[in-house]
Amino acid sequence: MEVIMEQMPIVIRSLNIGFLQTLKLFFVTLAGALPLGLVIAFGSMSRFRPVSWLTRIVVWIVRGTPLMIQLLIIYYFPGLVLGNPIWGSGESGRFVAASVAFVFNYACYFSEIYRGGIQSVPVGQEEAGLVLGMTRSQIFFKVTLLQMIKRIVPPMSNEIITLVKDTSLARIIALQEIIWAGQAFLKGSQGISGEIWPLFFTALYYLVFSGVLTVLLGKLEQKLNYFR
Amino acid sequence: MPILEVEHLCKTFERTEVLKDISFSLEQGQVVSIIGSSGSGKTTLLRCLNFLERPDSGVIRVNGEVLLDAGNPSPEQEAQIRRKRLHFGLVFQSFNLFPQYTALENVMLAKELLAKEQPDYKARKNEIHEEIRVLAEELLRQMGLENRMGNYPHQLSGGQCQRVAIARALALKPDILCFDEPTSALDPELTGEVLRVIKELADQQTTMIIVTHEMAFARDVAHHVIFMDDGYILEQGTPEQVFGNTKEERTRQFLSRFNQGQ
Ligand SMILES: Nc1ncnc2c1ncn2[C@@H]1O[C@H](COP(=O)(O)OP(=O)(O)O)[C@@H](O)[C@H]1O
Ligand SMILES: [Mg+2]
Repeated sequence: MEVIMEQMPIVIRSLNIGFLQTLKLFFVTLAGALPLGLVIAFGSMSRFRPVSWLTRIVVWIVRGTPLMIQLLIIYYFPGLVLGNPIWGSGESGRFVAASVAFVFNYACYFSEIYRGGIQSVPVGQEEAGLVLGMTRSQIFFKVTLLQMIKRIVPPMSNEIITLVKDTSLARIIALQEIIWAGQAFLKGSQGISGEIWPLFFTALYYLVFSGVLTVLLGKLEQKLNYFR
Repeated sequence: MPILEVEHLCKTFERTEVLKDISFSLEQGQVVSIIGSSGSGKTTLLRCLNFLERPDSGVIRVNGEVLLDAGNPSPEQEAQIRRKRLHFGLVFQSFNLFPQYTALENVMLAKELLAKEQPDYKARKNEIHEEIRVLAEELLRQMGLENRMGNYPHQLSGGQCQRVAIARALALKPDILCFDEPTSALDPELTGEVLRVIKELADQQTTMIIVTHEMAFARDVAHHVIFMDDGYILEQGTPEQVFGNTKEERTRQFLSRFNQGQ
């Protein structure tokens, strides 16, 4: 116990640095995947068949294969197979590669949720707006958008909480996020080695962060509860 | 001159002809009721008048102005169609109120968005907003909803929702107000309150086209009755002619089903 208390400050500082990288990956993924998902959703609903087919096939592949494999392919394929290591070898290169994989993967999941949301707003809403002389953009922004958001908040919350934990998959390409930081004390780092507890301790970070998000997203859901 | 003239309207979906040579006219301040079994094309006709469907051929004139000449297609901007639509109002069977807005906001929304296109909107913003609110409150009072203005649609009964929808349509002062089976989605005990406000509108000389299965109501409120069957207008005339001196066998069969059923 005493030993742990001595190691604690060192471990916490390391884990904090790792967690910062975890947070960065989380927010970059959200910032990229939220809008990209909408583009993919419109693509999959396109009346131009080749576009909707192509989009749906891509979404199927991305959702049908493990994110871990996508990470590995995106990170190693350019360098090892094409002989053109576009990501470089440093931490920043790994971060960019991880961001690309995460953004693309999550955009595909989000797109399906968006599509469901858009299609679940009854067509009568748009027709009522048209008959009242509203333009299509007025109808989208004043009538359908909020109804769509209301319907997608619960499934989006699920995906976002999953994303918090999925960021740990970036460990597979040695991104220095919190799992990587915790594992370092197993092999030896800053005079501490053979310790597994820092790795276990990382769970607390995830737990607190996902707890905060759950509360915030729950608040949002409640805010939209004033109508049905 | 009639306020509305419909001539030779035809509409085909894929291979099914839904409207076949529909012609009728309507005088200012009068009510026409459209009756007929389900699938006969009544909804499609109202949707054509409201530019939700485009007829394949035929002419629609309001106050002598040609709104639509389907046989003479000119590429139309959405803005033009939008302006033409405003001659008509449409009350849906399923209300289609906007759930995120209160009754009052539902009635005000479209009018406020339209007001933004006025040249003096910026200068008179608050004044215009106030005028619209007063008008909307007046309409809701007229519908007997003075105590329900701040309620959201899910807090209202079906009959109340439909009355909000009627106020919402009236707020834009359409020349012709169309109703598509306004009481068909309601519990029987709620149809009366909706039919009553429509009757009041008729007494105030509101020009209306009412698709309904309420035969007694149609007979009572209408100046002119149209019986549709399989996309055709099979019979039309005064309520006395259509209900009292029915000429067509099909009409007689249709009406007798109602007399037995209700
Ligand atoms: N969008 C559509 N596509 C194909 N067929 C339609 C469409 N809308 C209506 N119909 C068909 O047109 C016919 C008339 O429908 P409708 O106008 O709704 O009749 P009513 O209102 O008298 O019951 C029906 O046979 C219906 O199946
Ligand atoms: Mg119908």
